[in-house]
Amino acid sequence: QTYLFQYTFAVTPAHIKRLYKRFQALDKGNKGYLSPQDFGSVKELATNPIGDRIIGAFFSQGQETVDFHSFVRILAHFRPLDKNRAKRPDSPEPINSRISKLRFAFQLYDQDNDGKISRDELLQVLRTMLEMQVTEEQLESIADRTIQEADLDGDNAISFDEFRKSLEKVNIEHKMSSRFLH
Amino acid sequence: MYPSMSCWTRRGLLLALALGLALLVPMALSLGAAEKTRRSVGNGHGTGVTLRPDDSHGDGHGVNKTKKIFPVLTFDFAHVKIPFEISLWVLLASLMKLGFHLIPRLSSIVPESCLLIVVGLLVGGLMKLVGAAPPELQSDVFFLYLLPPIILDAGYFLPIRPFSENLGTILMFAVVGTLWNSFFIGGLLYAVCQIEGTDLKSIGLLPCFLFGSVISAVDPVAVLAVFEEIHINELLHILVFGESLLNDAVTVVLYHLFEEYSGLGMVTFLDVFLGVICFLVVSLGGVLVGAFYGLLAAFTSRFASHTRVIEPLFVFVYSYMSYLSAEVFHLSGIMALIACGAVMRPYVEANISHKSHTTTKYFLKMWSSVSETLIFIFLGVSTVAGLHSWNWTFVTVTIILCLVARVLGVMGLTFVINKFRIVKLTNKDQFIIAYGGLRGAIAFSLGYLLHPEEFPMRNMFLTTIITVVFFTVFVQGMTIRPLVDLLAVKKKQETKRSINEEIHTQFLDHLLTGIEDICGHYGHHHWKDKLNRFNKKYVKKCLIAGERSKEPQLIAFYHKMEMKQAIELVESGGGVKLPSAVPSTVSMQNIQPKKSNSERALPQISKSREEEIRKILRSNLQKTRQRLRSYNRHTLVGEPDEDGWNDLLLKRQKIMDMDKQISRMSNYLTVPAPPPESPTLSRSRLASDPQHYVPKPTLGNVPIIKVDLASPQSPEYVSVVDEFQKEAVPLKEEDEDAGGLTMKVPLGDPKKEEQEQQDGGKEQQRLMRCLSDPGPGGAEEEDEPFLP
Repeated sequence: QTYLFQYTFAVTPAHIKRLYKRFQALDKGNKGYLSPQDFGSVKELATNPIGDRIIGAFFSQGQETVDFHSFVRILAHFRPLDKNRAKRPDSPEPINSRISKLRFAFQLYDQDNDGKISRDELLQVLRTMLEMQVTEEQLESIADRTIQEADLDGDNAISFDEFRKSLEKVNIEHKMSSRFLH
Repeated sequence: MYPSMSCWTRRGLLLALALGLALLVPMALSLGAAEKTRRSVGNGHGTGVTLRPDDSHGDGHGVNKTKKIFPVLTFDFAHVKIPFEISLWVLLASLMKLGFHLIPRLSSIVPESCLLIVVGLLVGGLMKLVGAAPPELQSDVFFLYLLPPIILDAGYFLPIRPFSENLGTILMFAVVGTLWNSFFIGGLLYAVCQIEGTDLKSIGLLPCFLFGSVISAVDPVAVLAVFEEIHINELLHILVFGESLLNDAVTVVLYHLFEEYSGLGMVTFLDVFLGVICFLVVSLGGVLVGAFYGLLAAFTSRFASHTRVIEPLFVFVYSYMSYLSAEVFHLSGIMALIACGAVMRPYVEANISHKSHTTTKYFLKMWSSVSETLIFIFLGVSTVAGLHSWNWTFVTVTIILCLVARVLGVMGLTFVINKFRIVKLTNKDQFIIAYGGLRGAIAFSLGYLLHPEEFPMRNMFLTTIITVVFFTVFVQGMTIRPLVDLLAVKKKQETKRSINEEIHTQFLDHLLTGIEDICGHYGHHHWKDKLNRFNKKYVKKCLIAGERSKEPQLIAFYHKMEMKQAIELVESGGGVKLPSAVPSTVSMQNIQPKKSNSERALPQISKSREEEIRKILRSNLQKTRQRLRSYNRHTLVGEPDEDGWNDLLLKRQKIMDMDKQISRMSNYLTVPAPPPESPTLSRSRLASDPQHYVPKPTLGNVPIIKVDLASPQSPEYVSVVDEFQKEAVPLKEEDEDAGGLTMKVPLGDPKKEEQEQQDGGKEQQRLMRCLSDPGPGGAEEEDEPFLP
């Protein structure tokens, strides 16, 4: 099974071992899969404004459990991108490429999966990030401003392309990489 | 009046000024002389203009001496000599800086530092010809007066994020790189010195190492001077620059170590061990001292709300004190300054007024610029002034070794560092880092400090140091720009950080922190998050005045951005345009849990009345547009600012031109152009301090961009737009004039109408007041009341 991981997710055997250890540590009761409560036991996630979204990202549509395969798949997004690796023309987009990372982040915003970040979704994110220190009106004005800046086709929502464009100056390869998978 | 001033009147004015100065100077001199002589003789009446020096000067204060003619005009240079000379040098430096930019192509080929050194050489040569002794760059003048402003400027505006992200790399280059350079150069030089044929046998091993340590330090002044002009990308800039700052600790320790023991000729392991301890003490101690003073400064600025004028002074004095305190204990003064500036900045900026912030920025830039210019000029002059002893072997070997050592060091270190970096350093990056290792005045001053008795070869060292400095500054400085272009190194992006970027980066920060927590990995993000929480919970409360301590970073950023954009809009002549997010109340007042009514600058309106007004305004949006054209702005005007007249008239011209443009673009929230005959509005619009109508200073400098004239749910709500937006937001009204409106003057009850006009007008005026750029010239408004 490790070969499959290596090929698909470009993680090394050392990574897989580490991730498996962590998986087992999180898996209280040795069920072989993770449930939302297992994630809830990570204390710091509780204070994280988008903690529940992150947890939700592990569980694909409708699923209640996360097996090791999905666990690695999600975390493989955050592997630092190896720029020097020769790109084979027929190989699919590696999972830790810039586009893929951005797509992952986009899906965290876009909870209803309609391909766009609507104003309400943006407001929700802002609300959780700013943790009730500002008034609703301020949030709305910020949200409006954000959408106006990014929205190029005038549909009052941010599509994935617009999202990508607004972040073109940010060093995503660095920002969305964790040394854990280095 | 101003636009019609012809060039003749301007010349006339200049001539008058020059004459005035010409008359004032001798008057001042003679006044000084008169005071000095203290003639208590009662002859206050001069009998004509005499230029005769008073030759009974030293006669004492005896009474009934021979009565001489009262000296109307005397010449006494001696007692103003030192300040006069200093001012002349500073003036020379500034005029040179001016001059270079007037010559069109020169500044693009030759970096400024080179030109300044050449100027220094010329001036030194001139002085030697005349017979005066050209001054040498004294070490304490350099270290105590010329260097701190530059370092403080660098430290205060240090970009913290890239610096902390690359801290490991920077430290590696600074510490290990400098050590490698020193020993490599020192050792090989010693080997060369031992070769037969050169007469350098007398130089021992330790003096060689000492020389190596002095010459291997990358100089922040030179790096700044050159890198500033080539606009290289942020990563490389911070790497080289950070290295030049942090290697100070290493240099200090090595210098003292070798200087102490050069006389004795040998260094034991104990000494080396103590040297390592000393290094840790020097660097960490310097940082701690700096941080301590930084926190003090932040704390002081919290209470400075009543004496805004001296706020910048605290920044400067505390920083200088930190430098001096570190120097007392031979700790690294540079690191202290950097730490002080970096620590105090976020808190001080939250506390001080907008004007103080501008003042601080401009003063720092001004001082550092003048210092840098002076340093380079003095380097040139010192070259002419100093005693030299040229030794071909030594000099050429040093230059070659410097280059080789740098290249090898960078390559080796990068190989190691890349194993730990997420974003690896490419070969191009390595080349630029190696090539950007410029030496400068610090090396020279350190060499100058050597005692001639202990180091008989001091002159040769100095000559070599100067040659190396010249080589790096001229050759490397001049060629780095075409090389950067040739290698197509990434340049600095003109980042105008958008709110999208800010929100998404914060989001990603949270995301990565969460992921790291899930992985159980205590990485970079984890600690950064912890630090932020600590900062928010405890530190900010202590150090930031009033309610701003609770302001989340995103909001602060948003406000700053809005204000900047508003100021830009006003400056570009579109004076009446409003910033985005017009219909909602984006005001600092809303952040506070309780609204203290005493802080509102407007007269109180009861809640129900407000609702009424809003309803009326909303419903009459359509009709108001026409009415507004005839709206008489004269009734709104507050205190006109007489001094700002001329600027404003110019701006008004621009505004009127812009308004034609505006009418084409329908994605603004604008108020139509003022009628040409209302200069008063222009004045009031552009001549005020955003701070003013917030009587309570704790609300700080954030303008209350309160344009709450329609609730967001109203049908007339038009979302506000960035001026640079390409597409127009679809509007409800088909009006080519302005897309949406703020001034909604209702038709209803005439009395209410009047009231709304007033309120609306006041709203707009308040808005416009807050949009104006106070700028450095707005000092006279500091104490003016907002409304008459």
